[in-house]
Amino acid sequence: MSNRRSLWITLASLLVYVFLYAPIVVLVVFAFNSSKTNVIFEGVVNKGPCGPFYWFCVLFKNGEVLSAARNTMTIAIVSTVASTIIGTMAALALQRYAFPAKTFSEVSLYIPIVIPEIVMGIGILVLFSALFRWLNSAFGLQGDDRLALGLGTVIVSHIAFSIPFVALVVRARLHGFDKAIEEAAMDLGADEWVTFWRVTLPIIAPGVLSGGLLAFTLSLDDFVITFFTNGPGSTTLPIYVYGLLRRIITPEVNALSTVWIFTVLAALAISQRVQREA
Amino acid sequence: MPQFAVELRDVVKRFPGPSGEEVYAVKHVSLQIHDGEFFSLLGPSGCGKTTSLRMIAGFELPTTGAVMIHDRHMGETPPFQRPVNTVFQNYALFPHMTVGENVAFGLEMKRVPKTDIAPRVTEALRMVRLPGMEKRKPKQLSGGQQQRIALARALINRPEVLLLDEPLGALDLKLRKEMQLELKTLQREVGITFIYVTHDQEEALTMSDRIAVMSGGEVLQVGGAADIYERPNCRFVADFIGETNFLRGTVKEQKGKTTVVEVDGGITVRAESENSLAHGQSVTIAVRPEKIHLRPTSGAANAFAGRVEDLVYIGTDTHYGVRFAGDHRVRVREQNTDSASTPLARVGDEVTVSFAEAAARVLVE
Ligand SMILES: Nc1ncnc2c1ncn2[C@@H]1O[C@H](COP(=O)(O)OP(=O)(O)OP(=O)(O)O)[C@@H](O)[C@H]1O
Ligand SMILES: [Mg+2]
Repeated sequence: MSNRRSLWITLASLLVYVFLYAPIVVLVVFAFNSSKTNVIFEGVVNKGPCGPFYWFCVLFKNGEVLSAARNTMTIAIVSTVASTIIGTMAALALQRYAFPAKTFSEVSLYIPIVIPEIVMGIGILVLFSALFRWLNSAFGLQGDDRLALGLGTVIVSHIAFSIPFVALVVRARLHGFDKAIEEAAMDLGADEWVTFWRVTLPIIAPGVLSGGLLAFTLSLDDFVITFFTNGPGSTTLPIYVYGLLRRIITPEVNALSTVWIFTVLAALAISQRVQREA
Repeated sequence: MPQFAVELRDVVKRFPGPSGEEVYAVKHVSLQIHDGEFFSLLGPSGCGKTTSLRMIAGFELPTTGAVMIHDRHMGETPPFQRPVNTVFQNYALFPHMTVGENVAFGLEMKRVPKTDIAPRVTEALRMVRLPGMEKRKPKQLSGGQQQRIALARALINRPEVLLLDEPLGALDLKLRKEMQLELKTLQREVGITFIYVTHDQEEALTMSDRIAVMSGGEVLQVGGAADIYERPNCRFVADFIGETNFLRGTVKEQKGKTTVVEVDGGITVRAESENSLAHGQSVTIAVRPEKIHLRPTSGAANAFAGRVEDLVYIGTDTHYGVRFAGDHRVRVREQNTDSASTPLARVGDEVTVSFAEAAARVLVE
């Protein structure tokens, strides 16, 4: 009886794993396909000096891909740093201070998490357009000086949607944080600033790191909001891939996705390592 | 030479309550604590002990009144600029630092040169009898060891005053007893003023030079252990410290200290009071169980016939519940000396309850 049940559980979990990982495996395998159309697998490609890694070489010579990758990384790094700092400060403020409308600010901080991303995207787009139109006319900006959508707007919107996630993760870590530990530091002669850097931050660091990592991955693969807020010259990888898909899917897309997956996995592994040591 | 190590002058602390009203945590507390003294704040939960201590440490500021440390008005001085250190109830060790780093923290903040810090850390750990523990993390220590590290971390700074908030509260009974003696010895060695918060009356009596008994945000009595035990000034103190029998009555006459009280039920009790009392004033008499005897003793000013209702043998002593003069019940504690291997009385026996005049204290409500 219990054997039968455990068999079913094993089977079910196996299926879940297959569902989760089969697409990824297929995707990676097809990055080595010799067929350019990439509909069926026609054997491992072996062309040029790169051999089986032909599509990867093609990829790294593609200027559009490289610029999209550069944009993606710039946006991810800047928005991660900013949203981690702001989100952590928000979590700390919510944790320790009583202020008017605290419940309201707490709830409103988390609302962006549940609002459909497309609604957020449209909202941000409308906001930026209205703001830029007003600023451009108010300051009489012409031609290249005109404020327009671009890297800046993407970064700002990524910061905005990452803050609630960072705050949520850091708050979880702060839950059960013994305030007496900070008081002990102050009692021993550390002012607020030193207490924060020497005691508070090291203790909540794993939470801050998790929050930052979450913000980083959210930014890396964001499509919807980026779609609404990007402009000429600020194409990111998801936007670029989406553009490719409307033409033909060559194994180059798979190669790109493979590099991407392993980058994210590496980042994850590093953060796990750091967290375990902390 | 400053007069007091710590002085509280008419300190009041109010907190905003849950529904907007103000709650008094501390009401008009004045205390004078001498240099080198082991001073305890004793009282039941919620009486304002921690709040008082936190105002000395600087974690809370008094609503009104003043905190003075060695004659310096503390005003709004933040905790990190006060010459005091605190040992917290749950140790509050820094979990991400080693024991050595924890203990060194205070000196580091004072910018003591690194070469001077190391020997002082070694010395501090030796003092709390945990030498060579520098490299451990707090998590790898037992509760008692963590407590000692917290003590070392505070004492290494040679504070003018050490504040301790129920530092032994989380330890088991046996360890707590050991640590009580150790703390007391340590305090004598270093000669630093200790202000010790506890709700455990036995702990306060064991360790303190003087005790302030608090209730409801007020200090009811300040004095040495014997003062407070032998001469409680109110019913609360008599009840809170040790066990006490209470008899209600009215004052009949007073000659010097000797006060004759007519106790409800028609008996007269001779008791002592330093206060001059008015005829007919209603008072309470407090008598400790160990000061009542079950046999008539010579010179006992009070003796009444009674009957043993119950009896509890607890090894060193036997406790008797005796009813006398109608409706009065007292608890009597007789020591089991070797000559009395059989109990002095059995349940149902007729006995004489007797106690001296000095054993009965008159308390005014
Ligand atoms: N920050 C605060 N805000 C509101 N009320 C408080 C605050 N701190 C303490 N109080 C209230 O003040 C009163 C005294 O609290 P305090 O912590 O000083 O008591 P205590 O004597 O230390 O009790 P315990 O033995 O339980 O630790 C309590 O009624 C408590 O609810
Ligand atoms: Mg307390």
